[in-house]
Amino acid sequence: MIENKKTEHKPPWLVILKRFSSNKMGMIGTFLILCLILVAIFAPLLEPYSYKEQNIDLISSPPSSSHLLGTDDFGRDLLSRTIRGARISFVVGVLSVAISVIIGIVIGCIAGFYGGVVDLVLTTIADLTWSMPAILIALLFVAIIGAGLESVVIAIGLSYWAQYARLVRGQILSLKNAVFIEATRSMGASDFVILFKHLLPNSISPVIVAATIGIGNAIVLEATLGFLGMGAQPPTPSWGAMMSNGTAYLFIAPWMIIFPGLAMMITVLGFNLFGDALIDIMDVKNKESS
Amino acid sequence: MWIYVFRRTLLLIPIFFIISLVVFSLIHLVPGDPIDSLLGPGSTAADKVALTKVYGLDKSLPVQYGVWLKKFITGDMGQSIIEKQPVSDMILYNMPFTVRLGLASIFISFVLGIFLGIISAAARNTFIDYISMLIALLGVTVPAFWLGLILMLVFSVMLGWFPVSGSGSLETLVLPAITVGLGGAGLIARITRVSMLEMFNKEFVLLLYAKGLSKPVIIIKHIFRNALMPVITIFGLRLGWILGGAVTIEIVFSRPGIGNMLLSALYRRDYPVVQASLIFLTMAVIIGAFLADIMYSYADPRVRDVYK
Amino acid sequence: MTFLKVSDLKVEFQVDKKTITPIENISFEMNEGEILGMVGETGSGKSLTAHAIMGLSSLVGGKIGGSVQFGEQDLTKLSENEMQSVRGSQIAFIPQNPMTSLDPVYKVGDQIVEGLYKHTKISKRNAKQQVIELMGKLRIPKPDRVFQQYPHQLSGGLKQRIVIAMGLCNNPRLLIADEPTTALDVTVQAQIMTLFKELAEERGIGLFLITHDLGVIAQVCDKVVVMYAGNMVEFGDIKTVFNTPSHPYTKALLGCIPHIGMGKGTLSAIDGNVPSVGTYPSGCRYHPRCPSAFEPCKKSMPELIRKKGETQVACHLFQEIKD
Repeated sequence: MIENKKTEHKPPWLVILKRFSSNKMGMIGTFLILCLILVAIFAPLLEPYSYKEQNIDLISSPPSSSHLLGTDDFGRDLLSRTIRGARISFVVGVLSVAISVIIGIVIGCIAGFYGGVVDLVLTTIADLTWSMPAILIALLFVAIIGAGLESVVIAIGLSYWAQYARLVRGQILSLKNAVFIEATRSMGASDFVILFKHLLPNSISPVIVAATIGIGNAIVLEATLGFLGMGAQPPTPSWGAMMSNGTAYLFIAPWMIIFPGLAMMITVLGFNLFGDALIDIMDVKNKESS
Repeated sequence: MWIYVFRRTLLLIPIFFIISLVVFSLIHLVPGDPIDSLLGPGSTAADKVALTKVYGLDKSLPVQYGVWLKKFITGDMGQSIIEKQPVSDMILYNMPFTVRLGLASIFISFVLGIFLGIISAAARNTFIDYISMLIALLGVTVPAFWLGLILMLVFSVMLGWFPVSGSGSLETLVLPAITVGLGGAGLIARITRVSMLEMFNKEFVLLLYAKGLSKPVIIIKHIFRNALMPVITIFGLRLGWILGGAVTIEIVFSRPGIGNMLLSALYRRDYPVVQASLIFLTMAVIIGAFLADIMYSYADPRVRDVYK
Repeated sequence: MTFLKVSDLKVEFQVDKKTITPIENISFEMNEGEILGMVGETGSGKSLTAHAIMGLSSLVGGKIGGSVQFGEQDLTKLSENEMQSVRGSQIAFIPQNPMTSLDPVYKVGDQIVEGLYKHTKISKRNAKQQVIELMGKLRIPKPDRVFQQYPHQLSGGLKQRIVIAMGLCNNPRLLIADEPTTALDVTVQAQIMTLFKELAEERGIGLFLITHDLGVIAQVCDKVVVMYAGNMVEFGDIKTVFNTPSHPYTKALLGCIPHIGMGKGTLSAIDGNVPSVGTYPSGCRYHPRCPSAFEPCKKSMPELIRKKGETQVACHLFQEIKD
């Protein structure tokens, strides 16, 4: 036999890792995300001043050697507040996406697995939710629950679940009738087991990819809600609240708005690049296996 | 094909009912009593009861819904609790502004998005590709309001090309429309690019080259035309997302519009206004998706036949 | 003047920093009005050869080497613009799968007109008329109606005729057909083959027919090229090659065809598998499966040697004739 040369047996995650590392954009994205995580974790060590510390003499001063990003209308150092804001953005992003993903998985599983009327109803709800502007949904929920950072997290979580539900439902629908499921069923496994042990793990990867990009979207939505006064309350330095605060000073002290926005742009860019790279890799994998 | 259009139009009616019900229920979950904001100091409990009765807020919720629905269908959207005008008047006044902003934004999204998508697909993995995709990402990575503020800062304040706020003229439309449009452009550019790249690999492309057609003709006349379909679909579905940006932008640029109206009404618990605005916005999204659906069936000959 | 002469044609690809040469050492020629068949298993490089002749290899990242003499021009030396005026007008291509070769969003008639329009100065109305006439000649029923239809509304056989019409509308001198009947059922196959024969005889069009179906080759072709793993192993006129094959692979291939009267027994097959691109063995690509392999086969690729008459064969067994 000429061919059938031995192919080295590499664990799948190693293959993915290798492919990922050759994707330049993905690596940049990863780098940015790691920076965010580090800044978020080590915020207290990194900030030159306390984010709460007010300095009446230096209200709304432009960037200088002592205050690299300038100060806000209370004389607080913007660099410190921006650094602190990373923490909030990261936490808000991850938590709200976690909520969305959990809701999405539950609904997607039920819809996909049981089908029929249940599926129809759930899918219609999901479709309507998905087409609605998330901002409106989130606003409504915040109006009901009340303003504040926790409310924002929940509201965002409730706005974005639909796409995860669709993804999971789609995967389950296509895997539901696969041979290995039949086999498991014929061994007497219950619905619950089949769903959780077999169908779900195989449906997870597109959800993970969507979730990384979702974290970026959640961070942006939090900023918008903060801008509209629904988010974190002072002195909490969420980027959205900072930008909302700075709107009144747009013409006098634009740095109050510019820097938190740039910080957000870099962060969300990181998540998007990372997610895009994952999509590229999944695509290659799909093409290869077919 | 017209049967298809007709059937889809019919579907809008039950959707409208469902949405009105959902909106109504959600609004009434919002805590806070609008009556309180209307009562002056020194009002008694009796005053409150009387005022509540005037606005029909003392009846049970299902009854309130029935009453409201009947009126809504006949064009009476109630009276704004805060502004003391008919809600329908408020909507009629504000709607044109939002419609103009919406249409202008959609136009910019499409034109810019498709352009960026095509050139980045045609010049894949080159400088042009990266730059286009970066511009496209711009729409997605920053909040629309921030983009609006920055554009305002640069083009209104520093350069003085456009007014900072207001409405009524073309100049006031430009910055807000670009702000919202960039967000949509980002989405469209990315989908166009992916769709185009997929099309490049299709088998009919080989024959096109074999016929001796030139690359630009192949790309624009054939590949793009085929790639358009997923773009239309996704666009129709994400229309809501694009219009959501319009809501906040009206605030940023101090433009009158349904978004602005909705937000102030929300702050002040002005139920009738919130209800009507939400329903209009929601129906706008649904109708948009519906129109995109129709466009798709027109664009794809294969779909047309299914409904013959 | 040569009609078509392919010499030392090869195509190279760069994959992961390695150079792969899926086809090389392809040399054959044909005259006007002849039907040349190229036969080989799937993956033997037939389509790649066709694409290379048309200058389409660069579409998938391939680099062409060698020469393709068509009339007075060497096609490999032409610029892309020059090639564009050759494609579709002097050389026409009929792709493998008619099901997926037509643009789904345009009417089929318009797609044929598009090709006509590109290469001929003609008014829209005349173009449409000519196309409808051509469709009639190809025995497409109700051509004016079919003109207005979309690809998904037509059957496979009809689509194939549309694609042929596309190829013929500019009166090409050479028609390259890549497995034109593989996707069709047998009755339609027969019709299309008859059509091809007529075209060659009546219009003097040279037809380069690619197929893996030996029966089709035997029916229709004047000459045949036998391909294996990206190499040409034998080339000659049909009677000689089929009755007295020279190359071991050709012999084995012909021996595989079951025929009436052969009696019961196992069908013969060739041991082993076709090597995939990039895993070609050293020397002659067929040697691991060849019952007559000997020393030189492992070491070097055999040259094309011309036997008595016109047959050429690439095999070390025939080295003595050359020497």
